[in-house]
Amino acid sequence: MIELQGLAKHYGSIVAVAGLNLQIKSGEIFGLLGPNGAGKTTTVRMLTMLTRPSSGRALINGYDVTRDLGKVKQAIGVVPQQMNLDQELTARENLELHGRLHKMPAKERQERINELLAYVELEERADDLVSKFSGGMKRRLMIARALMHRPRVLFLDEPTVGLDPQTRRKIWDLIRRMNSEGMTVLLTTHYIEEAEMLCHRVGIMDRGQLIALGTPGELKQKVGEVAVESFAGTETGYKLFSCREEALDYARKVTGNVLIRATNLEDVFIELTGRKVSD
Amino acid sequence: MEFYTVFWREMIVLKRTFYKFFASRLVSPFLYLVAFGWGLGRGIRMDGGNYLEFVVPGIIALSAMNTSFNAVGISLNISRLYYKTLEEYLIAPLSAGSFVFGQVLAGTVRGLIASLIILGLAFLFGARLAVNGWFFAIIILTCFLFAALGVVAAMTINSHEDMSNFSTFVILPMSFLSGTFFLPDRLPQGVAYLIEALPLTHTSYALRALAQGQGLLPVSLAVLASYAALLFLAAVVAVQKVR
Repeated sequence: MIELQGLAKHYGSIVAVAGLNLQIKSGEIFGLLGPNGAGKTTTVRMLTMLTRPSSGRALINGYDVTRDLGKVKQAIGVVPQQMNLDQELTARENLELHGRLHKMPAKERQERINELLAYVELEERADDLVSKFSGGMKRRLMIARALMHRPRVLFLDEPTVGLDPQTRRKIWDLIRRMNSEGMTVLLTTHYIEEAEMLCHRVGIMDRGQLIALGTPGELKQKVGEVAVESFAGTETGYKLFSCREEALDYARKVTGNVLIRATNLEDVFIELTGRKVSD
Repeated sequence: MEFYTVFWREMIVLKRTFYKFFASRLVSPFLYLVAFGWGLGRGIRMDGGNYLEFVVPGIIALSAMNTSFNAVGISLNISRLYYKTLEEYLIAPLSAGSFVFGQVLAGTVRGLIASLIILGLAFLFGARLAVNGWFFAIIILTCFLFAALGVVAAMTINSHEDMSNFSTFVILPMSFLSGTFFLPDRLPQGVAYLIEALPLTHTSYALRALAQGQGLLPVSLAVLASYAALLFLAAVVAVQKVR
């Protein structure tokens, strides 16, 4: 469905993305997880034809993103990281503009607009200017806009950045619902929970490279199942264990406060890079 | 009809903000007419007629330029650099030519409205001008070419600050020197030749000749048409390269 073959982007001597090889299957929710500056957005921009790759290639549904622009544009929907709705238009007009740009016939366009406004629960605000919308409403409208021309692959770049926890959950539900209806989803995130809760498979990126790939379960299993954090004075201890018993044995010997918890993708990232995702 | 979608969006916004646009386009020509036509110009004879009738075609020329350049240039520059709404067009199946044509057409409409406002004001100030189809054709051509220049500037200039510098160093001098308020033959010859090569000079010349009933200046028409074609092509290339 989506295939990256040595996809790379250099800006002079700076390597933003260093030759990614990756296959994303049809019907999958795939997450690119990594800190800011890891190259996630550049990867998505190359896949959505907004940035030209320096080398390598990318195929979507078998179409090359640098050659078969028309076919790719029809197949994909894009929700960029930055809010880029037209603030001088209403919600309805934003969707109409997108439909017209994709040459949808008037009748189909109107039906689709009403359907999508209901889908993202913005019917009552349909004829209000977007500049009056809250962050969560804008994000939902951006998703509706990306769905307007019935794409089969959806790209979401940091879909919940800057949203409150409740709104974030609403966006997650929406992504899951689209996926259950057959949509292939590629999203980027630097939120651990987002990758863990939402994605079937995760690719961890750091400094332009893919450093790990697998289901959240597989990735966590590699580093161990239990993490022990201890706090004594100014010292913070941190250790990973492959089973509960070992972790408990260790925890008993430690002085001060101890936190025993299941490992998460943050631990995977620390294990691989020595840094936290949020650093 | 891809370009129509781009034009359609601009017209929705124009309709929604029409009174604001109308009022803002009223202010500077009104001040020009008061200062140069009425205050300073009263009693001055220029080119065989009164100064008000001399200066109105010049004010129309500079307003057409300013309005169409700014309408397209500034909003597109902000859309590209700040709001990122340009990306919505870049990921759509839309050719660069259609995008530019839609934008330029919308800029032309705004420039034309601004020109009509001045014609109305000038009439109230008592200027007698001969206005015919060619008069409007020259205005439309002028708006078209400066809207296209607006696209080029918006696509190639990478900050709002440099955008306003471009206005200060290119658009503002043209407003005053291109035969708008006085004829360039009063300037040193080298400078006068340079000014003859600027598009706005030919707008002033052509509009003034038509307003005085002297008929169409074919050279000026040809110069304006060439600039329009050239800048349109440059705008299309600039949009193709922005990706």
